[in-house]
Amino acid sequence: MEYINSTIERTTVQLEKADFESDQMVKWCPGCGAHAILAAVERVFPRLGYKKENFCLVSGIGCSSRFPYYVNTYGIHGIHGRALPIATGIKVANPHLSVWVATGDGDSLAIGGNHFIHTIRRNVDLNIMLFNNEIYGLTKGQYSPTTPMNTVTKSSPHGTIEHPFNIGELVMGAQGTFFARVPDNDLTMMTEAMFEAAKHDGASIVEILQNCIIFADKAHFGITSKENRDDHMCVVIDGQPILFGHNKEKGLRLNGTELEVVELGNNNITIDDILVHDRYNPDPWIHMMLAKLGPPHFPKVFGVIRSAMFPTYDDLVEEKIRLGQKDAPIKKMDHLFKSGDTWEIK
Amino acid sequence: MTKFNRPVEERESVVVKFVGDSGDGMQFAGGLFSDSAAFAGNDLATFPDFPSEIRAPQNTIPGVSGFQVHMGSAKIYTTGDLCDVIVVMNPASLRANLKWAKVGATLLVDSDAFDEKAIEKAGYTSNPLEDNSLAKYNLIKAPITTLTKEGLKDLGVEPKTAARSKNMFALGMLYFIFNRPLKPSFKFFDAKFKKDPTLARINKIVLEAGYNYADTIEAIASVIQVSAAKLPPGRYRNITGNVATAWGLLAAAEKSKRPLFLGSYPITPASEILMELAKHKSLGAKVFQAEDEIAGICSAIGASYAGLMACTTTSGPGLSLKSEAIGLAVMTELPLVIVDVQRGGPSTGLPTKSEQSDLMQALFGRNGECPVIVIAASSSDNCFYYAYMAAKLSMEHMTPCILLTDGYLGFGSALFRDPRMVNMPPIHPPVAKPNDSTYKPYKRNPETLVRDWAIPGTEGLRHRIGGLEKENITGTVSTDPLNHQRMTELRAEKVARVANYIPEQEIDGPKKGELLVVSWGGTFGAVHSAVQQMQQEGKKISHAHFHYINPLPKNTEKILKGFKKILVCELNAGQFVNYLRMSFTLPNIHQFNKVQGLPFMINELTDKFNQLLEEK
Repeated sequence: MEYINSTIERTTVQLEKADFESDQMVKWCPGCGAHAILAAVERVFPRLGYKKENFCLVSGIGCSSRFPYYVNTYGIHGIHGRALPIATGIKVANPHLSVWVATGDGDSLAIGGNHFIHTIRRNVDLNIMLFNNEIYGLTKGQYSPTTPMNTVTKSSPHGTIEHPFNIGELVMGAQGTFFARVPDNDLTMMTEAMFEAAKHDGASIVEILQNCIIFADKAHFGITSKENRDDHMCVVIDGQPILFGHNKEKGLRLNGTELEVVELGNNNITIDDILVHDRYNPDPWIHMMLAKLGPPHFPKVFGVIRSAMFPTYDDLVEEKIRLGQKDAPIKKMDHLFKSGDTWEIK
Repeated sequence: MTKFNRPVEERESVVVKFVGDSGDGMQFAGGLFSDSAAFAGNDLATFPDFPSEIRAPQNTIPGVSGFQVHMGSAKIYTTGDLCDVIVVMNPASLRANLKWAKVGATLLVDSDAFDEKAIEKAGYTSNPLEDNSLAKYNLIKAPITTLTKEGLKDLGVEPKTAARSKNMFALGMLYFIFNRPLKPSFKFFDAKFKKDPTLARINKIVLEAGYNYADTIEAIASVIQVSAAKLPPGRYRNITGNVATAWGLLAAAEKSKRPLFLGSYPITPASEILMELAKHKSLGAKVFQAEDEIAGICSAIGASYAGLMACTTTSGPGLSLKSEAIGLAVMTELPLVIVDVQRGGPSTGLPTKSEQSDLMQALFGRNGECPVIVIAASSSDNCFYYAYMAAKLSMEHMTPCILLTDGYLGFGSALFRDPRMVNMPPIHPPVAKPNDSTYKPYKRNPETLVRDWAIPGTEGLRHRIGGLEKENITGTVSTDPLNHQRMTELRAEKVARVANYIPEQEIDGPKKGELLVVSWGGTFGAVHSAVQQMQQEGKKISHAHFHYINPLPKNTEKILKGFKKILVCELNAGQFVNYLRMSFTLPNIHQFNKVQGLPFMINELTDKFNQLLEEK
């Protein structure tokens, strides 16, 4: 249990993983990446130290969205695409809850795309776990807004002809304050990112590259598999130079307004030439560049890419109400009835 | 002042309409005129009649904006069919509104606005003020624009700026005609233009100039007196239906001790509820202007789950967008008030006009078997009460409630006697107690079939709900066939049992007889007035006006079966009538429908009633 500065009431006893296990049978396919995400959540919740009644899980529709049934907290399984407005209503209603959203690339970026950008723009203090498997699983294999160009799926038998979203780019385009990217095959990195998301005041998006074993198996393996990860995954750590490669021999350098991959020792490149990660930078420009990087010429960037401090929507709601109530002549309905232009008839 | 040199003509009720270009300030002048009627103790109802465009091209028919006031010394039920006085600020507004003038009505016209170009733009071939086409009316031609400019010359006001106050000149003339004092308006100007005393001064000067000018013209042969109405004692205000709705919701939140949450997206004619609630932060109202209609209702569902008194407000097209989410609230059995301020449809339809054509949508417009409580307000002022009842029934019965009002009620205003909270009915939401070891998400109160409201953050009540069908009592996900049938029946029966908690249907007139006129919602005023008129003529006619639509009051069938003929009057193609047909066997039920975006006129109703009474 670690201390987090928040208004959420804390537990007096150390909670365990078991405190959050539900009695429901987990019905995801064996080998689905969602199992690992569930395991990460069961690790993070006790560590946060909040009372178990103060967690609330919200979801929309899709494989990811069965999540609330599998965690023993308060939870609501909503309708397709609408997890974020439901979660916003909960958080605004009661800012003293730790509200988590489980959603997928279809749920959040297609049918719920509008809510996604506006929730981020408002900076509602929600922890959003976006399961990105680049496919519609529950409806059995149609392409999603993150399916790479020219992918053959059940609804694109001749290859997709749509440009996919890069989730990080979308988050930052919508003025997001927190973005992390993690693979579903690294429990520690997932757990850390979720913990950081919970610590962050504002809309925290954790993109989880999740494997759908049935309809898009190994979609992320070109980057996240054991044999590929050293050269294609670049994990950023705040305050440290951005390095990758088997022996951390490669790094990212800012050259003018662009990032480039350099090798330490080549052309007199030293560690001092490498870009140092600053996840708290309010200016999102470098975060945006980092989020957009990817194969074939660049590694894909993982870890907490951005966590900038801005006021949250739910705090501002409380603040406006507090100011509104201060010295207000109308404190209850009977005062309102007496206010304004009225006249008495005897 | 020499007005008492003129004869005073006493009238029981008068309808006055201000019409002009969208930018002519007709809403402002009409609002002030209705305030003056209220100060004089009249009962009154008002209705703004404006285009959906903010500023359509000047001097065209689409750009005409109007404001109608019906004031009287007796109870006023409608905003009035035909006008006794019309203030006309340009040719287009004359052309668009002459059909609403009574024969002999006073037309107070700004003759300066009738130049060749404006006359042509309005579609006239000759100047109607000069070609004798208005001979049937009492035409008062006044060079209002010129006189307004002249009146402000000494103040050094630019003529173009000065002309903007011409609405106040016309209002001043009306104050003279109706023998109203100027002082209350002066006070209003001082308050409104506190930061710009020059503006207050301009308005005062012009208002008074109009008043004095009216005194000099012979065309005003008499002064009209509308005496104070005999209203029950109390503190009164003039309130629009939308503001009354907002206040009803706030009152229910206070009474239930569940703070209010509104998730809403702006839409005509419902936006005023959102704007009104947004003002009341000091009452703890949390107002969320969402990115769309769906986010509006979904945020409200989230807030309801979290224990707040949640509402969403919209109009027909928005209700369509909310359908799926209403289903979620039905399935999760959460309280939620959905206000639909109906407008002309389908699709975008007639945004600023009124209709009752969302009834079937409210009752049935969702996938699956998806019953909700449906109630309807019938006057601008009782929107307060029915909004309160919508919240009360929704919370106490843990199910969504749709409150139907309409553009006519929402935009219109009526006198509202301020209530006191102590007199409002109690509200007891079934909130589950912390650490209640017997708590189950779908365990029900045997009498009402209502489940408990277990609010996140409460110790010992963690649970999951959602849109998937759940097992009764335990609330675990279930696709069991018999359980689904059982849950479907329980949800329906729970709503049906609300009938035990609403008043019986009242009937105006004999309880049995020849003809029962049935109406619901915003048509009350017109239908009531028409029935009353016929009853006074000795006709055998009764009236049942419904506020509770689903469930219907328990005595509905009994009432309907007491009459040889039933006539259901509504502003749609026949929705309530078909709802009654599917609910009861009624061989003698007739319908009278109007779908013009306009309210019923009393004479078209009485014509229809007479026709039915005469047919054998």
